[in-house]
Amino acid sequence: MLEDLILTVLMTSVPLVYAATGELIVERSGVLNLGVEGMMLMGAVSAFGIAMVSGSLVLGVIAGGLAGMLTAALFGILVLGFATNQVATGLALTIFGAGLSGLLGAPLIGHAIEGLPVLRIPFLSELPTVGKLVFSHDLMAYGAVILVAAVAYFLKRTRAGLVLRAIGDNHDSAHALGYSVLGVRFMAVLFGGLMAGFGGAYLPLMLTPHWAEGMTAGRGWIALALVVFASWMPWRVLVGALIFGGITIMQLAGQARGWTIPSQFLSMLPYLATIVVLVLISRNREFSLANSPACLGRAFHAGK
Amino acid sequence: MIATPRPSRNQSRSVLLNASGICKHFGDFTANDDVSFSIGEGEIHALLGENGAGKSTFVKMVYGLLQPDSGQIEWRGQPTVIRSPQHARELGIGMVFQHFSLFQALTVAENIALALPPGESLADLADRVRRMSAEYGIGVDPDARVHNLSVGQQQRVEIVRCLLQDPSLLIMDEPTSVLTPQETGQLFDVLRRFSEAGVAILFISHKLEEIRALTERATVLRRGRNVGTVDTAGQSSKQLAEMMVGDSVGDIAGQARPDGQTTALLEVASLVRPAGTAFATPLRQISFAARAGEVLGIAGIAGNGQDELMEALIGEWRGRDADVIRIDGVDITREGPSRRRQLGLGFVPEERNGHAAVPNMTLADNALLTSHSLGRVVTRGLVDADATRAMAAEVAGAFDVRLPQENPMASALSGGNLQKFVVGREISKRPRVFIVSQPTWGVDVGAALSIRTAILDLAASGSAVVMISQDLEEIFTISHRVAVLYDGALSEAMVTADVTPERLGLLMGGSAAAAGLAAEAQA
Amino acid sequence: MISLTPRKEIPLTLTLMTPLVAIALTLVVGAAIFGILGYDPLAALYQFFIAPVSRPYQVADLFVKACPLIIIASGLVFAYRANVWNIGAEGQLILGAMAAGFVALTWPNLPGPVMMPAMIIAGMLGGLAWGMIPALLKTRFNTNEILVSLMLTYVAVLFIDWTVRGPWRDPMSFGFPLTPMYADAALISRVELPGIGRLGQLHWGVAGALIFALAAWFMLSRSILGFQVKVMGDAPRAGRFAGFSPAMVTIMVMGISGGAAGLAGMVEVSANIGQLQPDISFGYGFTAIIVAFLARLNPLAVIIAGLVVALAELGGDSAQIALAMPKVVTGVFKGILLFMLLAGETFNRYHVTFSLPHRARMQGDSDA
Repeated sequence: MLEDLILTVLMTSVPLVYAATGELIVERSGVLNLGVEGMMLMGAVSAFGIAMVSGSLVLGVIAGGLAGMLTAALFGILVLGFATNQVATGLALTIFGAGLSGLLGAPLIGHAIEGLPVLRIPFLSELPTVGKLVFSHDLMAYGAVILVAAVAYFLKRTRAGLVLRAIGDNHDSAHALGYSVLGVRFMAVLFGGLMAGFGGAYLPLMLTPHWAEGMTAGRGWIALALVVFASWMPWRVLVGALIFGGITIMQLAGQARGWTIPSQFLSMLPYLATIVVLVLISRNREFSLANSPACLGRAFHAGK
Repeated sequence: MIATPRPSRNQSRSVLLNASGICKHFGDFTANDDVSFSIGEGEIHALLGENGAGKSTFVKMVYGLLQPDSGQIEWRGQPTVIRSPQHARELGIGMVFQHFSLFQALTVAENIALALPPGESLADLADRVRRMSAEYGIGVDPDARVHNLSVGQQQRVEIVRCLLQDPSLLIMDEPTSVLTPQETGQLFDVLRRFSEAGVAILFISHKLEEIRALTERATVLRRGRNVGTVDTAGQSSKQLAEMMVGDSVGDIAGQARPDGQTTALLEVASLVRPAGTAFATPLRQISFAARAGEVLGIAGIAGNGQDELMEALIGEWRGRDADVIRIDGVDITREGPSRRRQLGLGFVPEERNGHAAVPNMTLADNALLTSHSLGRVVTRGLVDADATRAMAAEVAGAFDVRLPQENPMASALSGGNLQKFVVGREISKRPRVFIVSQPTWGVDVGAALSIRTAILDLAASGSAVVMISQDLEEIFTISHRVAVLYDGALSEAMVTADVTPERLGLLMGGSAAAAGLAAEAQA
Repeated sequence: MISLTPRKEIPLTLTLMTPLVAIALTLVVGAAIFGILGYDPLAALYQFFIAPVSRPYQVADLFVKACPLIIIASGLVFAYRANVWNIGAEGQLILGAMAAGFVALTWPNLPGPVMMPAMIIAGMLGGLAWGMIPALLKTRFNTNEILVSLMLTYVAVLFIDWTVRGPWRDPMSFGFPLTPMYADAALISRVELPGIGRLGQLHWGVAGALIFALAAWFMLSRSILGFQVKVMGDAPRAGRFAGFSPAMVTIMVMGISGGAAGLAGMVEVSANIGQLQPDISFGYGFTAIIVAFLARLNPLAVIIAGLVVALAELGGDSAQIALAMPKVVTGVFKGILLFMLLAGETFNRYHVTFSLPHRARMQGDSDA
């Protein structure tokens, strides 16, 4: 029972890890993309549709990622090419993604598919408790951990990561050194879209085996809050996602056990927790600004 | 490597870079008009000109940041299109910018790595930086985070970063504008050593004495045009100044000094302000008084607390203690800017765009910015648009602000015109106390002259003026007394006429004790 | 590659043309998307933009649909002008409707002249209170108002859901999540013109919305309060220099936009529904964001922009009925419209030139 609960917590946090890690890279490059929710929805609907048509979950996941990336490209062209307001463009992306995903997904409502094959590791997955908790997840859950590790390594140890951080810190200087500010940012935005698409794909393929309009239910926004919570550090995203996964599952578990608290109040928990976390992180200015990219949200055009 | 000196070829130095007929336009504005320039290997060559003369535009083209509209650049005798800064660095051209281009959140080693070709590990690079730093006595720690470094240290990081690229031409854009005279001397020693090692140095400045001290030849730009190239040894500062400015240099005549002790209009007693962020300077026990009829200059290198002091005087930042700042004996320590203006203060902060003025608003709205609390233009919460327009037009008329159209956006004005407007906006209210920071920063000579005259006139009419300025020439030209701001602390105010630039320089560099000795030696 | 050169002056014609061109391009792109998805593009556009206003009473209904959008967007304009990103108007609308509903349900026997003003004030206070949470957290703890105001919207949706299923449910509702109907004094009446009679669903709240937008325009363009808002949004440092308090402006604009959203919630329920239920808003709080931008953050233009967007909303209904399109398709239009407007803004502020990548050289600035 407890093992199952922990497993569900882990699964609930997987899409958050993908979306938040992608957004972390975007923000480290100095761009604020508020359209995560829209990109996740596009990823979710595309993944579900392709998986249903092709019968292949792998193709579904790939389609979800690509759909997220394509949506992000739209954002990138506007924000980077046309130097539009990042906040407004991100909102537009969410509205657009919610609408288009609903339109595309209308024929998919009412259908169901089964989850990704669980990748079991021989022997290890048969160990008691540990085997079930650590070695018996689906591929994408392992992917999430690998992703965080890879992003942490990329930022800290690689030259490309250094360039990305430099551009987020001071785009004018990076430009003066000859780095392509807009080019790097566009790549970062695409990566963010790919990850949000993967995160979205996880929802209909793994968590609930069907598609519903607006099924992300604010997860994109929680992912944005997670980046702040993590103070732009990859490993902290993982911790934060687990906490949110735990809170989400707590409400479900609470309902199942017949807690007397009305279900609506339990459902509020993830949103209220986000607010509390934002307050706790933001009140300490020094801490929250230590890694916050200095150019976050500021438009760049060469020669400014 | 720089460390191994190249054979000197002082006789027939070959030409390293030769630019001819360079033109560059920005819209209708001509930044460079038929500029020609050449520099030989190991030569120290000055590019001299006023703010806005086209110096930065020219070197940006040499560094590949801009492309000329016409003209040709030859590098080592070959016609070359310098496509990008990377290309420039590959050719052997390095540049240290006027406004530092360092990444504040990164370490010194990371900053340097970004300017070098990939391949070297950060650890190896850090070792190289340590070695070079020891060799030249530059004192740079590769593991330090840049935002913890002083301005002078940051400049040294910039220089090390350039030198590690093994350049044959080093461009320095106004490197001394953030240094004390003593630091400047040290920098010049280092530059001379590089020159001996065969590195050519293109040194941009508008400070004539420096150019005469350091360089062999100077090319003078005026309004985007090449006025000529001269041997600096054969020229007096005055001759150079005339080349730079054109007509004979104007001066402010009839500078009346206040007689003896007049009443103190603004008194500041033990102003303390903790540093707000890692990048800010704390203010330490600042005390001074500005008297009726005088201009009190506050000298100092940028980043020693000027912004913080200005915010405290304007009231953008307010302390909690009583009786720290008083005007005419009235305690205003806890009052905001509006109340301070009502009591007769006027302010012009350093930054025009976005601080003293809102670029995307009309001049009338910008006039409203500092007069909304003074009655007349605002009644019962409603703005009298006609009155604000009239006010803006009046200021523009009285202070010779040239307008491209009636009531334009502030952003449509040139830097000098906008500065005249924001200074005039305050002076036209005849403030009892006028506090101004960098009144002529980035302003052409004509505008600077009229601004300085207006400041002196205001003082002569019985107001007290506090002028924060990093321009020593300005301090000596118009301030009656001067105090020096260093690391958030303010020195005693001294009568300007009794102070030598050397003593001021020592104070600006934090050598209060040495400055005291210099004063004694003088006495 | 796209390169941008700032314009010195923005021609008025360009300012006026931008929204029109944006709308036109939205129609073209929207038609293309319909075509790709296998709908007849022309039929779809007809259902969307012509069918909903093909009869006179339908034009009146257009105003009814635009009513909450105009009220909310008039308030949001203040927040966005000040660079405060309140995107939680939906939640503020719900709280406003609940506060007004509390008055209507607790004192059902209040006389009309007392009831209506009391509900208006309660509605505005409810929205204002919900808006104060992100405002105070921002000024006190530096939290991001975007995320907080949005999270509070989810909370508000759950809160009204609990209220109408729990404590406020009408015992006579046969288990439906509905409160009792409001008393007549708590309802906003329909407009009845002598000799013509009623015009569709047209109610007096529409007149209120128009007056509200006018008042907002007057306040923003003529009052020192509006000046504060604009300065703070354009150049916060200059705002502090002028003596304005960033915290006060944040609280003020969140209060105005929250209050406006709350008022819209009160009007919507009292004029169109007559009781509280889980769904009292069809995303008006989000749609109003687009209205505010379409109006280029000018409250007078909000009236026209509100009507245009309301047309797309009604069009969604008619397309749903006639072509079996999902209702969310209006979201596609809204998103594209907002994209077009934002890109149009760039054409306003810059000379935009396109070139092939290998020829694109960096634009430089003039000498410092």
